[in-house]
Amino acid sequence: MAGNNPNSTPMNLTLKVWRQKNANTPGQLVTYKVNEISPDMSFLEMFDVLNEDLLRQGQEPIAFDHDCREGICGMCSMYINGRAHGPEKGTTTCQLHMRKFKDGDTIVVEPWRANAFTVHKDLSVDRSALDRIQQAGGYVSVNTGGVPDANEIPIPKSIADKAFDAATCIQCGACVAACKNASAMLFLSAKVSQLAMLPQGKVERKTRVENMLAQHDAEGFGSCTNIGSCAAECPVGISLENIAMLNREYIMAKATSDNIG
Amino acid sequence: MSWFTKALSSTIGRKLLVAITGLFLCSFLVVHLIGNLQLFSNDEGVAFNAYTYFMTHNPLIRAMEIILLIGFVLHIYEAWTLSRRNQSARSVKYAVNKLEENSAWSSRNMGLLGTVIFIFLLVHLYNFYFKLKFGELGLDAAGNKNLYAITIEAFSHWWYVALYVISMIALALHLIHGFQSAFQTLGLNHKKYTPAIKAFGYFFSIVVCAGFAAMPLYFFFLY
Ligand code: HEM
Ligand code: SF4
Ligand code: FES
Repeated sequence: MAGNNPNSTPMNLTLKVWRQKNANTPGQLVTYKVNEISPDMSFLEMFDVLNEDLLRQGQEPIAFDHDCREGICGMCSMYINGRAHGPEKGTTTCQLHMRKFKDGDTIVVEPWRANAFTVHKDLSVDRSALDRIQQAGGYVSVNTGGVPDANEIPIPKSIADKAFDAATCIQCGACVAACKNASAMLFLSAKVSQLAMLPQGKVERKTRVENMLAQHDAEGFGSCTNIGSCAAECPVGISLENIAMLNREYIMAKATSDNIG
Repeated sequence: MSWFTKALSSTIGRKLLVAITGLFLCSFLVVHLIGNLQLFSNDEGVAFNAYTYFMTHNPLIRAMEIILLIGFVLHIYEAWTLSRRNQSARSVKYAVNKLEENSAWSSRNMGLLGTVIFIFLLVHLYNFYFKLKFGELGLDAAGNKNLYAITIEAFSHWWYVALYVISMIALALHLIHGFQSAFQTLGLNHKKYTPAIKAFGYFFSIVVCAGFAAMPLYFFFLY
């Protein structure tokens, strides 16, 4: 399956796609054939072709999440042949090209699976649990005054770069989907360390990590056992160093914050 | 619940306890291994039995024994609680899941490896610790309880030797992931130190477990 298709001969593929009417109905894998797929298409374009076929046959098209289709919004999901966003490293599903597959391949496509996520319909998954973690503290409060000048507070380049690396997290949830424990620690750690590294974020760093971890746990995500599937599957390369930093932030916050509740 | 117990029952808090107790247990392994090297001293067990006498009569060692027990209980309880939570965080499994393409087997099977170690511990404690404390043991030439004789007896059975060797392989795999993982959990992940921690953890796991496994093999094949 992982073999490349170097020439541009169109491919015929068998797809096994998870179909599920809504969150309360059990779903199952349904087999479809797609023909004449160009290796230059993206995985989502291949799904567009399949959906047009289904519409022509009077069947319900497959629901799947997507928006920007250029790897920046984090909407596209899909667990493809046992891997989050498919077999290629460092890509979202919208950036995955069909040349990664061979003519005659069978491709199994499932939604992100975690109890903290719910399947809306087919491959479309509710990831609002991640939003709620973010809302629990993933911000910097600016309560009054005018807009501060940019560059008013000097930040060393190395720190700015590290914070920026953490800030590239697109909240796609691939880390949760790929984690054996369905833990959202990589996501959480990116958000916590991004702000903990910057002077503006340091003000609320203790309550932030306490509240965000409490929300993470309340949503029913698992704990991190340092397996590393998350970082291996993350499309933007968020590193496990962030999880170590999250742990440090948490220890420091719990040991020194005013929160004794 | 106070802030303290709350912190320790969060996902990170429990993991910290697993890491701290795990590293403590690693230090125990070193002491246990060095002590047991007396088994190789080829003196009909006099040195080993004298060492056993010391270990069972020194008050400091007796106090450490209780701390060790607490370490084991905490490690197993916290690891078990976390594993249960993690298993129930995904009720509907994937039809196809290729975790072997993005992670190491041992890292995904810490609970299974730990269970093998746990079963081993029960058998091991029954056969040595329990017999030493409560069984009728003969005395050796120096007048010490002859645990050496029990050791020879135990390791004359192939299945007993097999259990030990398999368990030490499980322990090695548990530690190859666990040793370096504990530092990550404690917040130490730095490009200056992490490669050395990983290398040392690998070396430590192999040497310690090979050392333990050598004992039953020695008595079975060479004694
Ligand atoms: C006796 C039964 C045991 C069980 C059931 C058990 C189980 C576990 C589990 C489930 C984990 C967490 C998984 C993970 O972090 O990836 C773990 C971690 C660990 N265990 Fe054990 N274990 C046992 C014995 C031991 C022993 C005897 C040692 C060492 C002498 C040990 C050392 C460690 C270490 C260092 C970690 C890593 C902690 C971390 O990742 O933060 N374990 N164990
Ligand atoms: S850490 Fe990576 S995999 Fe997880 S949500 Fe952010 S971008 Fe996606
Ligand atoms: S659709 Fe926006 S990242 Fe894929």
